Amino acid sequence: MSNKLNQSMSLAKPDAQDLSAKQKIALAIGFTGCFILVLALFNTDFSNKSLFLTLSIALIAVGTIIFSNDAYLNTSKGIKNDGIWFKSISSKGVVGWLIGVLLTLFYIVLYFYPKYLGLTSNGESNTGLIALFDPLSDLLSSRPASQWFVYGTLYTVAILIFGYKFMLKYRNNRHEKLRTISVMFFQLAFAFLIPELMYRLNSDLPYYDLKSIWPLNYYNFERYRINQFIDAGDVGLGLLIFGIASILIITPILTYKYGKRWYCSWVCGCGALAETAGDPYRQLSDKRQIAWKIERWVVHSVLVFVVLMTTAVIYTYLGNDASKYWLTRKVFLLLVSTLLSLVFILTMIFKRKELGKDARYGAIGYFVIIITLIGLHYFSTDTKLFLFKSETLRTTYAFLIGSIFSGVIGTGFYPIFGSRVWCRFGCPMAAILGFQQRLFSKFRITTNGGQCISCGNCSTYCEMGIDVRAYAQKGENIVRSSCVGCGICSAVCPRGVLKLENGSMKGRINPTEILLGNDVNLMDLVNQK
Amino acid sequence: MEHIVIIGNGISGVTAARHIRKLSNKKITIISAESDYFFSRTALMYVYMGHMKFEHTKPYEDWFWEKNRIDLKKGFVETIDTDTKTLHFSDGEKLDYDTLIIATGSKPNKFGWKGQDLKGVQGLYSKQDLENLELYAPNNKTCKRAVIVGGGLIGIELAEMLNSRNIPVTFLVRESSFWNGVLPDGESDMINRHIKNHHIDLRLSSNLKEIISDENGKVKSIIIEETNEEINCDFVGLTAGVSPNIDFIKHSDIETNEGVLVNRFLETNIPNVYAIGDCAEQREAIGNRKSIEAVWYTGRMMGEVLAQTICGHKMTYNPGHWFNSAKFFDIEYQTYGWVHGTKGKPDYEAHVHWKHDDDTKCITIAFNKNTNQFLGINTLGIRMRHEVFDRLLTEKRDIGYVINHLSEANFDPEFYKHYEQDIQNAYKNQLQIV
Ligand SMILES: Cc1cc2nc3c(=O)[nH]c(=O)nc-3n(C[C@H](O)[C@H](O)[C@H](O)COP(=O)(O)OP(=O)(O)OC[C@H]3O[C@@H](n4cnc5c(N)ncnc54)[C@H](O)[C@@H]3O)c2cc1C
Ligand code: SF4
Ligand code: SF4
Repeated sequence: MSNKLNQSMSLAKPDAQDLSAKQKIALAIGFTGCFILVLALFNTDFSNKSLFLTLSIALIAVGTIIFSNDAYLNTSKGIKNDGIWFKSISSKGVVGWLIGVLLTLFYIVLYFYPKYLGLTSNGESNTGLIALFDPLSDLLSSRPASQWFVYGTLYTVAILIFGYKFMLKYRNNRHEKLRTISVMFFQLAFAFLIPELMYRLNSDLPYYDLKSIWPLNYYNFERYRINQFIDAGDVGLGLLIFGIASILIITPILTYKYGKRWYCSWVCGCGALAETAGDPYRQLSDKRQIAWKIERWVVHSVLVFVVLMTTAVIYTYLGNDASKYWLTRKVFLLLVSTLLSLVFILTMIFKRKELGKDARYGAIGYFVIIITLIGLHYFSTDTKLFLFKSETLRTTYAFLIGSIFSGVIGTGFYPIFGSRVWCRFGCPMAAILGFQQRLFSKFRITTNGGQCISCGNCSTYCEMGIDVRAYAQKGENIVRSSCVGCGICSAVCPRGVLKLENGSMKGRINPTEILLGNDVNLMDLVNQK
Repeated sequence: MEHIVIIGNGISGVTAARHIRKLSNKKITIISAESDYFFSRTALMYVYMGHMKFEHTKPYEDWFWEKNRIDLKKGFVETIDTDTKTLHFSDGEKLDYDTLIIATGSKPNKFGWKGQDLKGVQGLYSKQDLENLELYAPNNKTCKRAVIVGGGLIGIELAEMLNSRNIPVTFLVRESSFWNGVLPDGESDMINRHIKNHHIDLRLSSNLKEIISDENGKVKSIIIEETNEEINCDFVGLTAGVSPNIDFIKHSDIETNEGVLVNRFLETNIPNVYAIGDCAEQREAIGNRKSIEAVWYTGRMMGEVLAQTICGHKMTYNPGHWFNSAKFFDIEYQTYGWVHGTKGKPDYEAHVHWKHDDDTKCITIAFNKNTNQFLGINTLGIRMRHEVFDRLLTEKRDIGYVINHLSEANFDPEFYKHYEQDIQNAYKNQLQIV
């Protein structure tokens, strides 16, 4: 007997709170890789850039792989959240803040001071960090690297290595593994390789990440791009049409069938980073009702902003003369207003009841846009819209939303606000898909009868800040516009209460008062009012 | 205005309050000595394991109560005077009620073991228990070994908790196999192996003899009854079941046995005094159920029903088909209807059992061997739909029908492997043997 005792005492198990020796070594390896990047940043001249770049990325990857293997492969398959709220990095401790500050600084430099990364002007060759990436860029598209190439490469590497970690962490869950393979693939192929190769084949084509859809790529319909598309001939025209079809035809259909998760959790690059590198921070999203209120105002304001901005930008480069080209300013504004009115009227006719109070906010948004559009037409000159230049509108959007929100706050603040700050508060694409999901989708999270024990794991680990438990403990399906269908609530639920499903539209929203398991008569009495 | 006072802010009391509020404008006060706000007891383990912070265990935000005009009062009720309809608190305060709901929950069992009140010896039930656990077993330096006494659902949760902090655990289980008073043998065996895989020193057929103190009145070791073996430890978890937390009621006029005695309307012997949840004892057990049902769901259901009665729509507590769930380390467990372990199994009950080779999934389906009627299912490692089995039970389907409709009930996440075919094959094979 005592023999048994000793045996179990001597078994080395990975410590939940402290790092094991192996994990420390892994960290050291990873940091060495990062250190090469830092050296490059400070203009260390590596004679063999290809070698050092490869070395750097390889070390980072190997470090992460060893770390993940040690952290997860020695343990049984299951939920691996032990100690999350004790670790400084994942509970807004000093380490968390430090990472937040570093990431934020990186984004500020990237967006506003790329010269510190080594970007030069007037065709001089790159220096510093960007120069280190020249060989890779040259290999892919035969041109020198830019700050965006460096960013894209690091971004892709992050998704791949943390995707690996994520898959080990959730290796009991096939849904999570497949989803992660999907985002890793789309990032590597569609966001990283294909655009570079496309450039190689046809350098007239604008950079086009095919999975990035307006309004996420808010710049897609700007004049210079339209010109590029058109100049690039049939392929370019095809891409342009694809760009328009993506948002107007493809997304509504896919969202109807699968919910917005087909994009947010299986394809999108922002989602991909949030789900992989951001996974240790998902529990930090604010679950309070007040946060939900703020979220709805902010994200829908961004949507209104991007619609107006894009319309204004296109409007200014269109002509007035119908004999030259059918798409004049007037026709364009009419098209936009008709589309919006159609959506608005149809929604009000068919979904007014479901929307409840939200209908009012929808109406406000709609009228703001329409009135602005009318104003646009009557008060604008050739270069000015009202008093602004459309260019000002565009740069303001690019600055506030495109850079500050999606980059600096959206990713830099992962360790503070959770991994999906951007997706939740800022992304206009998420707002559109969310609208579709809430109103016209087969997707819902089903709750399992009366099985919920209100433990709160689901709410805690929902990165979108949805109070999943509030629904589950009432036996009510979760149909929320913000749900990105990551499936983690379902994964962490200890009682098997939640299942992401596509089913029929009927009975999708099912508020109940009395849960299954109680007196049948009582359930009938109370639930079928 | 009628004043409804509820002692206990657990799931039972809070559910009753919420539903009374929905149905009426009565004044409602909830009393608790444990916490300012309702929290989910079932989530205590996740706080210790670092999955959640305590605030995450609160199902409602703090503003909820005022908004719904539910008064919260912190205090310990010492006596109930049913003649004057007054509660007396330990600090001398008083509170009058018109209607009283007793929802005081349970307390951990202590069977008079020597040393059971030492420092470092405790159950796992309340928020205070969690705080003490943090004190005596914060890590494996302060607590070099922990012993858990009692192999039930809370015992195994405590083992998982301590394990998450790398504290070596010896787990004393009185039965010859884990929870086999409830689980059929195949399942119980599988869980035994699963427990051992998590490096728990599982001791079956082992009882606690006594707990030995060090010079400071803190636990030093325990002795096992059967072998007289002494095991050094810094913490002892007593998890040999719970019983109603009603000591303070015993000297009132309210009739009690082990719990507060109630009829099917959840009424006690005193008019306008009701009892629900863990602390209530049915004068006559309902169907196969125990007369004291100490689970989350039944507490909630009693709260739901009682609210109707109090708001003028008198109803009996008449629960539907039995269901329950738990988790044993990484293995989720759900049950619908009745599946008995070897001990309590009625003669007519027969089982179909299937287990996956990976030793983490199995199901047992119980049926009546005379009529073939489906009686219940236990499922480990595979999620199943409550609604489907509830319906199958109501429709009194036979076992063959159930086996053929298992895929309807599957509730595992998308893309998971399905095992219905394997289970059907197991069914056919086992039929041939029988
Ligand atoms: C660790 C743990 C895990 C569990 N897991 C599950 C599970 O997975 N599934 C499941 O179905 N069940 C589970 N249970 C059981 C479930 O939690 C209980 O059945 C349920 O909480 C009982 O609710 P209740 O409202 O009847 O009482 P309680 O939740 O116990 O609430 C009673 C409240 O009354 C207070 N009180 C008592 N006496 C007085 C007094 N004199 N004055 C003032 N206040 C007083 C107590 O302090 C307490 O706050 C678990 C229990 C524990 C301890
Ligand atoms: S509700 Fe669940 S699936 Fe939806 S975003 Fe939150 S955790 Fe992910
Ligand atoms: S749905 Fe699951 S995780 Fe969420 S509160 Fe209920 S039991 Fe807990």
